[in-house]
Amino acid sequence: MRSSRLRPSREVGLKLLRILGFYLGLIAIWSLLGRAEVWSPFLFPSPERVFESLRANLANGLILDGLQASLRRLVVGYAISFVLGMSLGLLMATWRFADETVGGMVLGLQSLPSITWLPLAVLWFGLSESAIIFVVLMGSTFSIAISARSGMRGLPPLLARAAGTLGATRWQLYRYVVVPAMVPSMVQGMKQGWSFAWRSLMAGELLFVSVGLGHLLDVGRSLNNINMVFAIMLVIVIVGVAVDRLLFGRAEAWVRERWGFAAG
Amino acid sequence: MALVTGTETQAAGPGGQSGVAAEEPEPLLALRRITKRFHTKRQDTLALDDVTLEVRPREFICIVGPSGCGKSTLLNIAAGIDMDYEGEASFEGAPIRGMAQQRAVIFQEPALFPWLNVRANVEFGLKLRNVPKEQRREIVDRHLNLVNLSRFDRAYVHELSGGMKQRAQLARGLAVEPHALLMDEPFAALDAQTRDDLQMELQSVWARIGTTVLFVTHNVREAVILGDRVVVMSPSPGRIKTIIDVNLGRPRTADDHAVADLAAQVRYELQNTGAPPEPRYAI
Repeated sequence: MRSSRLRPSREVGLKLLRILGFYLGLIAIWSLLGRAEVWSPFLFPSPERVFESLRANLANGLILDGLQASLRRLVVGYAISFVLGMSLGLLMATWRFADETVGGMVLGLQSLPSITWLPLAVLWFGLSESAIIFVVLMGSTFSIAISARSGMRGLPPLLARAAGTLGATRWQLYRYVVVPAMVPSMVQGMKQGWSFAWRSLMAGELLFVSVGLGHLLDVGRSLNNINMVFAIMLVIVIVGVAVDRLLFGRAEAWVRERWGFAAG
Repeated sequence: MALVTGTETQAAGPGGQSGVAAEEPEPLLALRRITKRFHTKRQDTLALDDVTLEVRPREFICIVGPSGCGKSTLLNIAAGIDMDYEGEASFEGAPIRGMAQQRAVIFQEPALFPWLNVRANVEFGLKLRNVPKEQRREIVDRHLNLVNLSRFDRAYVHELSGGMKQRAQLARGLAVEPHALLMDEPFAALDAQTRDDLQMELQSVWARIGTTVLFVTHNVREAVILGDRVVVMSPSPGRIKTIIDVNLGRPRTADDHAVADLAAQVRYELQNTGAPPEPRYAI
């Protein structure tokens, strides 16, 4: 077992090399197309100009301020939606009446693209921070609620029995069995909730004049600054991938290690 | 010493061993006049019809019977999992009022917690009881060793084979030092080879710790290998047909002639139920 340890790391190294090669190749083609000026540079910038814009906007703090504003909204909205979604999910899982009534509504509301809450949010909260957080909230709450419900419902009765025969009290059953058993489902729901929240936040900021990455995208558009538009899009992609890989990727790997591939 | 009350009412097994019956100990587990009905939309089924079974301390009792004879139902009642029945179930003289650590249950499916590794699974019941960490480790080590699973203490459930999962389940049940072990067809889902191995291991474990075991199986030979007594049940309605004493030396193996002979006898009892012409017992 120990001797085979080296091999996976070499595999990973080769994989990274291939990925790196792909992106370098992509940038090279992009650069060639940009320099050849097949399309006007005002419509299709070269990577050099995009990176220059990225550097300049990082240096003047525009991107960092926008990033900070966006992430703050995301964290606040997501945290509230976690508490709300969890409560809603547990209510649905444990109370039949809530499941039959609120449960159906939650499923319906989840199918609603969360950006469609923006007009309503603006009418309710005005052009304020609350409005945009409300949109983020609506994006992720229902996913989290549904996964909390199914996580709790999905507990195999056999495990509850096993815990009972080992002497678990009702409280211990929740603490040591129900909650940990919910984890795979919760990781999936929280990942989905995050991606809905992130998408709706960007859409909201784009339509909604105030600071934030989405807003910077709109600024770039109104200045006819294609370099900036490309640069900001790049930042949005990087943030999305980073959260997905670092946070949820790790959580999923952890679930896989414990539960095996059968989980979820 | 053991109180002798109404020993004569208890039927001596075939070829009743002389002298032994005189010192009948108080039963550890007593299931008296148990009747259990399952209600479905179409009909009510009598799963257990006035079943009485007493298990003595340190006894290994096997219950065999075809599916639907209520053997698992009886075990669930003894475990305190099933509380909806008529009759009287008591353990150590007190009525059974729910699941409890004194009666560890080993399920047919490996009911291990997938988010915990083997060690943490075995530790589970001890943790619930707030046993100090050091002591916990010592108890877990001892029981992992008992079931030959020490090398896999860090493995997660999905990494174990079927036999290893059942070993882990056994260790988890034994770690809380139960007064009785209730095993519900624990080897039924295993391949023949693994089942043979685990039968041998269970015998040696039982020889070492000498706890009381109620073991449900549909495998006649398994019942004869493991049991001090074999309870033969018949279905529709679930009744105890006969109880056969197994007065054979241990350890027993599947190849022992005496085991084979007795298994044939048990099998005859099972097949001789003369399936009643009215197949379902509707009320």
